[in-house]
Amino acid sequence: MGELAADKHVKYILAVEKRKDSFESAVLEHLRMNGAYWGLTTLDLLGKRDVVDSNEIIEWILKCQHESGGFAGNIGHDPHILYTLSAIQVLALFDKLNVLDVDKVSTYIAGLQNEDGSFSGDIWGEVDTRFSYIAICGLSILKCLDKINVERAVNYIISCRNVDGGFGCTPGGESHAGQIFCCVAALAITGALHYVDKDLLGWWLCERQVKSGGLNGRPEKLPDVCYSWWVLSSLTMIDRVHWISKEKLIKFILNCQDTENGGISDRPDDAVDIFHTYFGVAGLSLLEYPGVKPIDPAYALPVDVIDRIFFSK
Amino acid sequence: MDKELGLLDKLQAMDARNFHAWNYRRFVAALMKRSDEDELEHTENMIDKNLSNYSAWHNRSVLLSNLMKKAAPGFTNKEEVLTREYELVCEALFTDEDDQSGWFYHLWLLDQTVRSDFPLLVSSWPVEGSDIFLPAADCLDGCASMNVFHYSSRNFPLVLYFNQSVGGVNSSTVSVSCGFNLNADLIWKPLSSNDSQCAKVWATRLAIPDAELHSSEPYQVEVKVGYSLGIVSTTGVAYSHPSQTSFQLHLQKPPLESGHESRLGKIQWKDDCFADYESGSAEPDLVNLLLDNLTIKNEVGPTASTWQARIIDYETNIFRDLLDCKIGMLTVARLLTAYDLLRPLDKPVHCEEVLELYSELMKLDPTHYRYYKDNHSLVLLQQVTSSKESLLSHCFHYRDSTLSTSGGPLCLRLNNLAISQLGSFGKLLWVQVLDLSNNGLQSIEGLEALQRLSQLCLRNNKFRSFTALESLRYLKSLKVLDISQNEIGSHSIDTTRYLFRSPLSHSMGSCDGNINDLSSKAYWEAFFVLKDMGLTQLDMAGNAIASGSFNVFLEKLLPTLKWLDGVQVN
Repeated sequence: MGELAADKHVKYILAVEKRKDSFESAVLEHLRMNGAYWGLTTLDLLGKRDVVDSNEIIEWILKCQHESGGFAGNIGHDPHILYTLSAIQVLALFDKLNVLDVDKVSTYIAGLQNEDGSFSGDIWGEVDTRFSYIAICGLSILKCLDKINVERAVNYIISCRNVDGGFGCTPGGESHAGQIFCCVAALAITGALHYVDKDLLGWWLCERQVKSGGLNGRPEKLPDVCYSWWVLSSLTMIDRVHWISKEKLIKFILNCQDTENGGISDRPDDAVDIFHTYFGVAGLSLLEYPGVKPIDPAYALPVDVIDRIFFSK
Repeated sequence: MDKELGLLDKLQAMDARNFHAWNYRRFVAALMKRSDEDELEHTENMIDKNLSNYSAWHNRSVLLSNLMKKAAPGFTNKEEVLTREYELVCEALFTDEDDQSGWFYHLWLLDQTVRSDFPLLVSSWPVEGSDIFLPAADCLDGCASMNVFHYSSRNFPLVLYFNQSVGGVNSSTVSVSCGFNLNADLIWKPLSSNDSQCAKVWATRLAIPDAELHSSEPYQVEVKVGYSLGIVSTTGVAYSHPSQTSFQLHLQKPPLESGHESRLGKIQWKDDCFADYESGSAEPDLVNLLLDNLTIKNEVGPTASTWQARIIDYETNIFRDLLDCKIGMLTVARLLTAYDLLRPLDKPVHCEEVLELYSELMKLDPTHYRYYKDNHSLVLLQQVTSSKESLLSHCFHYRDSTLSTSGGPLCLRLNNLAISQLGSFGKLLWVQVLDLSNNGLQSIEGLEALQRLSQLCLRNNKFRSFTALESLRYLKSLKVLDISQNEIGSHSIDTTRYLFRSPLSHSMGSCDGNINDLSSKAYWEAFFVLKDMGLTQLDMAGNAIASGSFNVFLEKLLPTLKWLDGVQVN
């Protein structure tokens, strides 16, 4: 079995962070906030949170905040719930949530809840269970969960539950590992995991592991390293992670590394990116790979960060 | 609008699994007010073109659920509808045995076949027709009684075990009458780790006041469940099959057999401390009574003589032709298990074959070894708890050298069985002393139903965290706990972190969730589990967490503790 080329990945992340004039960074400029979360959380998981200048990053984050209270993906872009969560998560990593006007941010998020309990991504109204997770995760970190109607939020999520035990993006939507992570994590945070049939969903999730050892996102699809997070964290939260072969998955993830230049790709021999680098390392964390800090499966942040938020004071 | 459908057809022809397309199709169909029946036909067309279309099968499940729910014409006869669907999906399963597209649809059909919509009482404690003996004076240490029907305290639990999670169990919907007035004071609690006020298992404690038990005549107690409306399943179905159990309360004349009720010394879980259970003892034929009366006789729901059994039989025969592959073996195992489920009052007949199938699957598909192992364990426990012979072979008397009598408390020993998952709790409501050592357990979810449990051994299993011991928070009678030789403290990832009442899942009241001192924060999982327990004996050795500072923390947290890891506590 190969090894985790941790130092190479750290170098890769730092290099991407600096590359502000490449084609790639231009195309992804609007989601730099997500990229910051992926990159910085990976550094933290590899024990290298301190190699970056947190003050510089925090300064930039605050520049991305809108008057509505929401955060944009980059300076000059429009606010969206997606980037608002990433901003909160990065500040939590650096234990700097106190720079936030908590009331302002939480009001922005709470304002995106609809009558039926669902959440829109921004003022333009797209509804998706991803946004339900984002709202619940973000507000929980800020200790403001009571600003939304939790019961309705939970009911909406349950309305997206399918007969295979999984969840879709909207009611009637096909089960997809990404949506399943969002719904299961949201239910975990709100103490509502009893609405999940663990054995039924557990079987659907464990059958995502294909012959190569990798995980796909739904039946008869190709495996992808990012599902190492979404499927694995869901399995972890419902205590069914022992239903897959951990060794085979570790091998698959390690095979997706670029051991020369650093970074992890979606499947072996493809081009690497920050997104898959984060999910590969996060997956290895859940698999208790040595040298990787433990990650919380619901909040997608290191366990020590979450424990600090909920068990201090 | 037709143009939109045309556009969608084009897109779906290029990518039949594109979920944006399917979402948009649902949106357009709703706008056009296309009938579910027409959309159902569309899914059938998609499936005809390519059986390997999970998205089409999913859509079909949504439409069909809706049509059956609103009892649309042509969809009211469940047997007809399911038979048609089984035919359709079997084609997919047989065409390519490795293609998963139809697997989950087929499992859903099976669930639709055997599921009883009605909430029902499965078992309860005390058992119908039993004689319960209460002491004249409370046993000082609340130790386990020698006999299952003896109590060492005049405060004992009543347990109701349902087939699904229900709410609305209270002193209005459940009446307990025993000659003197105490029903109104009874508080029924749902044994669940969430705030839903619903649970599969409900319990209350009957406390017989001093003034009442002076008579030498036994008291007849009647427990009536659901004679008044109010109990409802979480799916919204009202409980409508009232059930009644009665048992007799006797006052035990003191002293019984001096010594046996006095405090047992340190409990040891060694083989030579257990003596075979002799059914020829003075007590009533325990095991027969438990097997015959523990399970409530409900005359509703699918049984072995209804259309459900016919379908299962038919499907089983078909899938026996597919026994050379994974999905064939798994489906036959599930069908045989389902058949036995239709006959809850009879001994299951398919256990052996099902156990063999899961064993074969463990070899055929080692990636999912533990999935098959967990199911194997569930069937094994079903087998053990369903027959007199096998149950007796696991019953022992605890033999303590300090006891003068031949028989100590009755113990159920399910050790060394390589079980990785627990089940059959409805059959174990009577258990006071339970030995689960030397197995592969990592969770005890469901054990909260065993309200009488006072001594529990989980030594040498695979427990990874105190959060996996959530069920213990509901076992108010637990005095002796052995969790030595486990993996608590060895794992960086906690897989039961969110299945546990804690501030992380917002499932604790603001005052309950407060931890003030540092050591309690460091060991917050252990703190929440153990803080309200009255343990007298605890074994933790052989866990990475066990250390000097942890032991100091334990002794502070558990003032009632007498022995820690076999050593007397000051």
